[in-house]
Amino acid sequence: MTCSEFLKELTDYLDDALDERMRADLEDHLAWCHNCYVVCDTTKKTIEIYRDQQLYELPEDLRGRLRSAIMQKCAEKKKAGQHDA
Amino acid sequence: MSPIQQDTKETGKMNPQISGPDASTEIESTMGTLPSKVSEPVSEEMQLVRAAKKGDVGAFEDLVRRYDRNVFRIAQHITQNREDAEDVVQDAFLKAYSNLPQFQEQSKFYTWLVRIAVNEALMKLRRRRPERMVSLDEEVKTEEDSMPREVADWSPNPEQLYSQSELGDILRKTIQGLPAGFRTVFVLRDVEGLSTEETAEALDLSIPAVKSRLLRARLQLRERLNRYFRKRQGGDGNQ
Repeated sequence: MTCSEFLKELTDYLDDALDERMRADLEDHLAWCHNCYVVCDTTKKTIEIYRDQQLYELPEDLRGRLRSAIMQKCAEKKKAGQHDA
Repeated sequence: MSPIQQDTKETGKMNPQISGPDASTEIESTMGTLPSKVSEPVSEEMQLVRAAKKGDVGAFEDLVRRYDRNVFRIAQHITQNREDAEDVVQDAFLKAYSNLPQFQEQSKFYTWLVRIAVNEALMKLRRRRPERMVSLDEEVKTEEDSMPREVADWSPNPEQLYSQSELGDILRKTIQGLPAGFRTVFVLRDVEGLSTEETAEALDLSIPAVKSRLLRARLQLRERLNRYFRKRQGGDGNQ
């Protein structure tokens, strides 16, 4: 397996979506190719860091205001008969 | 023009379903007749959806509480603008409420809601920054395009290297630089945890197209973060 071939399969490898044989081939490549090992490791860290950091939390006060506005408009729609349940 | 018309070469089809104000109606109407699901257990989410369909506004409010944080995060990631993200949250839930009678329960409510929210967010982005919408039609290139230019360990871990707020700034700045189509796939798949199939459904993309964008998004983010996080000989890792 070449580095290019490894890279093509990287997403499925990280998502654990490869069959056993392909996975074994990739891990064999990782065992001797330091560059691909580092790319794989740092790509995994990239995903983990974005997943863990949760960059855009919705503040509770804003959350309450948005929900009130949504529900008020839903109630208006229902009252106006636009929501045909 | 639909904000996702850029996808037509990649998917080989147009996207009329999510381009108009009655998007969800058309989405569901293309899915055919609902098969019998009598023997399947009904999820709590679907019970709320069915109650809301019958006019229970409180049940819909429970759905809003359940997913408003997720919709806000997705919208903020796509639009990169707080006010736009707030508008998207309101517009997406109102559109979902209005179109509930047409939701035929063939997908998860959340996937359906995300589809509406992504389309709202992309329309906001297109109105605000039309020049940023780029073509996403190219195939993944393995040699020149995707092969990382520089390979270096990240050590120590970024969390140890930067404060929480510095790290947040770096991550925001880095993901903002990705094309919207890549950013959206990365956020749905890797931040919000949708499956590849759910992401494809939410964006009306093929599974190979989702995988192709996800690979490029992950590699581009890695490459850009590498400028901050790579191990430096005798340095502190900062730019």
